[in-house]
Amino acid sequence: MSAAILEVENLVKQYPGTTAVAGVSFSVPEGVCFGLLGPNGAGKTTTIEIMEGILPPTTGEVRYRGEPLGARFREDAGILFQRTALQDFLTVRQSIALFRGLYAHGLEVDELVRLCALEKLARRDARKLSGGQQQRLLLAIALVNDPAVLFLDEPTTGLDPQARRNFWELVQSIKARRKTIILTTHYMEEAELLCDEIAIMDRGHIIAQGPPRRLLHEHFAEVLLELPRQEFPPAARELPLNIIDASDRVEISTHDLEATLRTLLEARVPLGHLRIRPGNLEDLFLELTGKELRP
Amino acid sequence: MMRRLLSVLHARNLEFLRDRGTLVFTLLLPVMLVIGMGFVFGGPQRPLFKVGLLGGPSDPLAHPFLSERYVEFIGLQQQGEALRKLTHQQIDLLLELRPPERYWVNTDSPKGYIVEKLLLAAEPAASREPVTGAAVRYVDWLFPGILGMNMMFSCLFGVGYVVLRYRKSGFLKRLHATPLSAFEFLSAQVLSRLTLILFITGVLYAGIGAVIGSHSAGSVLLLALVAVAGALSMIALGLTIAARFSSEEVVGGLLNVLTWPMMLLSGIWFSLEGSPRWVQWVAHLFPLTHVLDSARAVMLDGAGLAQIAPHLLYLGATALAFLAFGAWSFRWRID
Repeated sequence: MSAAILEVENLVKQYPGTTAVAGVSFSVPEGVCFGLLGPNGAGKTTTIEIMEGILPPTTGEVRYRGEPLGARFREDAGILFQRTALQDFLTVRQSIALFRGLYAHGLEVDELVRLCALEKLARRDARKLSGGQQQRLLLAIALVNDPAVLFLDEPTTGLDPQARRNFWELVQSIKARRKTIILTTHYMEEAELLCDEIAIMDRGHIIAQGPPRRLLHEHFAEVLLELPRQEFPPAARELPLNIIDASDRVEISTHDLEATLRTLLEARVPLGHLRIRPGNLEDLFLELTGKELRP
Repeated sequence: MMRRLLSVLHARNLEFLRDRGTLVFTLLLPVMLVIGMGFVFGGPQRPLFKVGLLGGPSDPLAHPFLSERYVEFIGLQQQGEALRKLTHQQIDLLLELRPPERYWVNTDSPKGYIVEKLLLAAEPAASREPVTGAAVRYVDWLFPGILGMNMMFSCLFGVGYVVLRYRKSGFLKRLHATPLSAFEFLSAQVLSRLTLILFITGVLYAGIGAVIGSHSAGSVLLLALVAVAGALSMIALGLTIAARFSSEEVVGGLLNVLTWPMMLLSGIWFSLEGSPRWVQWVAHLFPLTHVLDSARAVMLDGAGLAQIAPHLLYLGATALAFLAFGAWSFRWRID
């Protein structure tokens, strides 16, 4: 594995009456896409903003290539915030040029426009872009300095499925350029597709970290059986199975698929609409962080 | 319908009451204005005539004329400055009680004619030294005030609200993630606004000046230097206000707290000649007072660089101080 480009050590961030980040440590190898996952209020954005150098930690340290965050990091980092407004009355091209002018080195504006598929929008007022177009512009801005490390904080939240997939393709093309990417997201599909390594945060702590497949193997080796809720007889709830209620279905997780199927058949549970699938990152996420609604 | 209306009304009232910045400024500003105006413009009825006393104020018993009613006696130290005021009819008569006892009167001034009669009634043997000079037209006197006021609003509100909007929208937070420093960002704002203000003020100076037939007695380049120094000082002042806060109401309130006293005390509309000394002292804390004093000195009296140098130094020093404070206290993001 490559050497760590970013090292996070004992990071704590406290606000009056609350601890947003409670002693987080991890390192990010160069050239990987590192996903920071967690439910709302888990401390992801606070952690990533401390890593970006725009929020000071209460205690702890972030090091970039072995040094505390400083001028070199600012020149080398590209950032796409969860929410960013740009200067009014500028076109797409002018917005990119504004940020390009803040860095000593980087990509040409034309190259960024091409890279983020903004050719047809280059002369358009940046305020008049759709959600997906706006994210592509913000990604172009995050890439103006040809960053060694790129932070993407929930980049596809609020985008429609087409725009989201289009954005994923862009991120994969950036990954192909051997850039290190730090990604926070709510979408497990996004993390599974893009991330080489993930850390799951909850209540200010990292509760699991590693490559997605390894985490699934370690924490969620079960198979899931899904049945429509209305076809699941109330009496079957008494069966010795790990039954989980989802919105319109019942899920049964098991290590022993054959024994579970036998139990269901013996209880005369209708299996006409049975679906069997392996556990995915979302199942792991729910397993680790719980299913209750957060206040 | 009424239920919905009351519901929205209640929510808005709660929002207003819980926004302490708005509440404080809404309640405090009018009170401060009333108290301030009362101090500055309160007191007995204004006198009809202004007489300069060369060498400073004297005991009213020292000369029978000094006990005349409806005459305000203003102590003046410099003869040249006192005669300039008399020539421009800013005072109606100039009296020197030190030997050789004498008085100067502007023979072109109607008020000078009347007040001279009062003096001669009290002291028939007074020695007379006539001067001439038309009164400065009020419009000529007001012209720099209007330009200065426009400059003040553009400097304070233009910069203050723009920075606030950038902070609220998250644009400043995005800039903070780049190598841009606070000083660089603030300097760019200052230079952008300065260019705009100089252009607008130049156009207004040329345009209004042509319409009202007003022209500068002194160097136009010197006037431009006054505009640059004044605009820099006031833009930097606006930035110190916007450097930290993220509420429109608080920033708006603070800008009002600054602009209203400047509107009233910096001499935009009328001279503070004869107002209490402490009022003049307070007025001279404001950058706008120095802008207007120096602009009028150049435009009306043809003053040179040496005469307005103290004003320029004050404006330059305050610009640097405000900019340094603004950069020090600057916040990129809302906490």
